[in-house]
Amino acid sequence: MLSILFYLFATVAVFSAFYVTKSRSPVNSALWLVTTFICLAALYIMLDAPFMAAIQIMVYAGAIMVLIIFVIMLLNLGTAVKKRYTHALVWGGAMSVLMLFVTNFLIRRGVPTGKLGDVTTQTIQSYGHTELIGKAMFTDFLLPFEIASILLLVAIVGAVILSKREV
Amino acid sequence: MITVYHYLILSAIIFSIGTFGVLTRKNAIVIFMCIELMLNSVNLTFIALSRHLQNMDGQIFVFFIMTVAAAEAAVGLALMIAFYRNRESIDSDDFNMLKW
Repeated sequence: MLSILFYLFATVAVFSAFYVTKSRSPVNSALWLVTTFICLAALYIMLDAPFMAAIQIMVYAGAIMVLIIFVIMLLNLGTAVKKRYTHALVWGGAMSVLMLFVTNFLIRRGVPTGKLGDVTTQTIQSYGHTELIGKAMFTDFLLPFEIASILLLVAIVGAVILSKREV
Repeated sequence: MITVYHYLILSAIIFSIGTFGVLTRKNAIVIFMCIELMLNSVNLTFIALSRHLQNMDGQIFVFFIMTVAAAEAAVGLALMIAFYRNRESIDSDDFNMLKW
């Protein structure tokens, strides 16, 4: 059952990722990208990470995609009917296929081992995933969390300054 | 039985498709979306390995990658609006103001 679901979501994710690069209109690309994000969220649920799936739907498929579609419609980028919309298809395809082969080789050759932690499926189901994430984030990763808030502040200021007509 | 290798290879496939899009598309916003695709495949790797090693740290990293992606979206789209205001286009072939 789980493998059928995995192959279903993986196939849909790969196909919609391919159509992101293929479709001519940017709005179609954005909608295919939303499909990919939803499939990845389903895979996160299968990996015992339901909080990450919720964040994926809210932040990626919600906030970031709304921002991208807003900019596409603001700039009025219709479908480029006659103009070419791609370049360097042969070299780009060759590079990506080469990268796929190299990563496949490395994944098949290596064995992902290491010191096992104590977060098993039973722990996640008894404590709750959100509680474990919160505990790790506000104890071990407190300083990166604060730095991330400063990063977001800088990004807000930068976006406002960059899109102003006159500074 | 689905092992961690399945997730890693799926993530490699999605990353390669994202690379293909970045290298071949002209529209800068579609290039941006392909970069988001690559970031997502890395997130999938982190979560799969975090599950495999029974450790929470990978998922915290995913959280920070999402933060950086949100900041990148805000600044990158502001840059595209500023560029469109100057050149009336966002084709990557028109990004040649620093060329001489």
